[in-house]
Amino acid sequence: MMRVFEGLRFRRIPSPVHELDPRSKAVYVAVVSILSIVYSDPLVLTVLLIIQIPLVYAAKVVRFWLNSLRGSTFLAVFIFAVNLLTSYLYMGGFTLEGLLTATAMTLRFILLMGVFSLFFLTTTPEDLSLALEKLRIPYDICFAFTAAMRFVPDIALEAQSIMDAQKSRGLELERGGFIERIRKTLPILVPLFIRSFQRSLELAEAMESRAYGAIEKRTSLYELKMSKNDYVFMILSIILLTATLLIKPP
Amino acid sequence: MIEVKDVYYTYPNGFTALRGVNLTIRKGECVAIMGENGAGKTTLVKHFNGLLKPTRGTVIVDGVETKDASVAQLSRKVGLVFQNPDHQFFSETVEEEVAFALRNFGFPEDEVERRVEKVLKRMGLLGYRKSSPFSLSGGEKKRLAIASIVVFEPEYLVLDEPTIGQDYIQKVEIRRVIDSYLETGRTVVIVTHDLEFVVDLRPRVVLMSRGRIIADGKAEEILSDSKLMDDASLLLPQMTELAYKLGNPKIPRTILDENDMLEVVKPLLKHRGGWRS
Ligand SMILES: Nc1ncnc2c1ncn2[C@@H]1O[C@H](COP(=O)(O)OP(=O)(O)O)[C@@H](O)[C@H]1O
Ligand SMILES: [Mg+2]
Repeated sequence: MMRVFEGLRFRRIPSPVHELDPRSKAVYVAVVSILSIVYSDPLVLTVLLIIQIPLVYAAKVVRFWLNSLRGSTFLAVFIFAVNLLTSYLYMGGFTLEGLLTATAMTLRFILLMGVFSLFFLTTTPEDLSLALEKLRIPYDICFAFTAAMRFVPDIALEAQSIMDAQKSRGLELERGGFIERIRKTLPILVPLFIRSFQRSLELAEAMESRAYGAIEKRTSLYELKMSKNDYVFMILSIILLTATLLIKPP
Repeated sequence: MIEVKDVYYTYPNGFTALRGVNLTIRKGECVAIMGENGAGKTTLVKHFNGLLKPTRGTVIVDGVETKDASVAQLSRKVGLVFQNPDHQFFSETVEEEVAFALRNFGFPEDEVERRVEKVLKRMGLLGYRKSSPFSLSGGEKKRLAIASIVVFEPEYLVLDEPTIGQDYIQKVEIRRVIDSYLETGRTVVIVTHDLEFVVDLRPRVVLMSRGRIIADGKAEEILSDSKLMDDASLLLPQMTELAYKLGNPKIPRTILDENDMLEVVKPLLKHRGGWRS
């Protein structure tokens, strides 16, 4: 779990991908997401996944990216198993088609995970907020969104501390039946929720003491600007979309 | 005995927080682990009850390698009290909170009741037994966190930054808990920055810096060594600083507090006939 959070957290590394405007990266994410949902051919999905690799290299976040994929292995295996089982029950046996569907579903998950991880690893929360504002989304919502993103790693660390504290008092999360295990998450969830409430109250106080919302129209010190690279990247993304649709209509 | 042998620890994000730590803690000892923020103190004590397993090297608690035991088994022996009490309270009442570990360790119900009452009394929390843990003050929360571990009487009690954010009276109470724990022949390890507290306690001091142990010895030797203390980003105790500044050969630099100073200075002043009272 920690790995997944780590894989979604922004890393301040100088790279051409980091410098791209969040809007052009969003176009790319949208293209890959659309393609991964439209196609359920494992081959196409594999090709799409391979296309990610040079970008991840260019962004210099290979280790973090692989970590987030590794962190989602459990879910990937789960998705594969459930799909295989469903097809088994439907078709009354293991078929090639069932296997292909399960593989496609799993690849789709890994692909989406990978592309979103790349986006968040290379986009600062501030840029993200600016981009949302450009899309005319009310600032309150932008702020809530970026604040939530910003606090994910803190909450993950806190969850770890809470688990450590309860395990040190003899809590064994891995033992017991299903109901027993659910009951055992209470000592983890209760402090986590309470801390989250405390944190939002603290944040609200800090914001108010810095006159949040005092002015209707906010201006920013930094403005997002599309560069030549951004346009190139967006055009390439669109080409990827149209070319795939033309070469191999779903 | 807790034996830490050549332990390296690397966090999943690739950061190496311990770089070849060797340390032996014997039963009945009182040890203070000191060092700058990020030195690896918390990382080290998390190895004592198996929350973290060494990337390289071994940690052995009473003859059992931590790799071969569960955190629950080890925690029965090594009680770890974390810095932030808010990271553990979840029960509706103070009483339930203290009973949590006892129930996890399978103590019989009458024993649970007896122990909870005893520990709450000792911690001055008996009046709050039916209150919510969240309604307590900072000092009471801290004591409750300590109580929730002390209640099962682990052989080794490890306190991570116990005095942070505590006022003088609260520190005195924490000190009282440590003393009474040591009196029963058990072991106490504290992780702390609180120089005054350590000077007063006079434990064995282990200095850490950047993932390594840079010194280990009596409080008098370590805390008065300006070079070592500087390496660990700690200030000298005020009285030691004064002894250094006086630069008088008759005033040794192993002085840590006002009592040490008094002992040395009194005869000197008497000698000159300037001492009254
Ligand atoms: N969960 C973690 N993941 C990655 N690095 C960590 C984690 N916890 C601590 N660290 C790093 O390890 C180092 C030692 O931390 P810690 O043992 O908490 O130090 P101390 O208790 O001496 O202040 C610090 O640099 C800290 O940033
Ligand atoms: Mg610490």
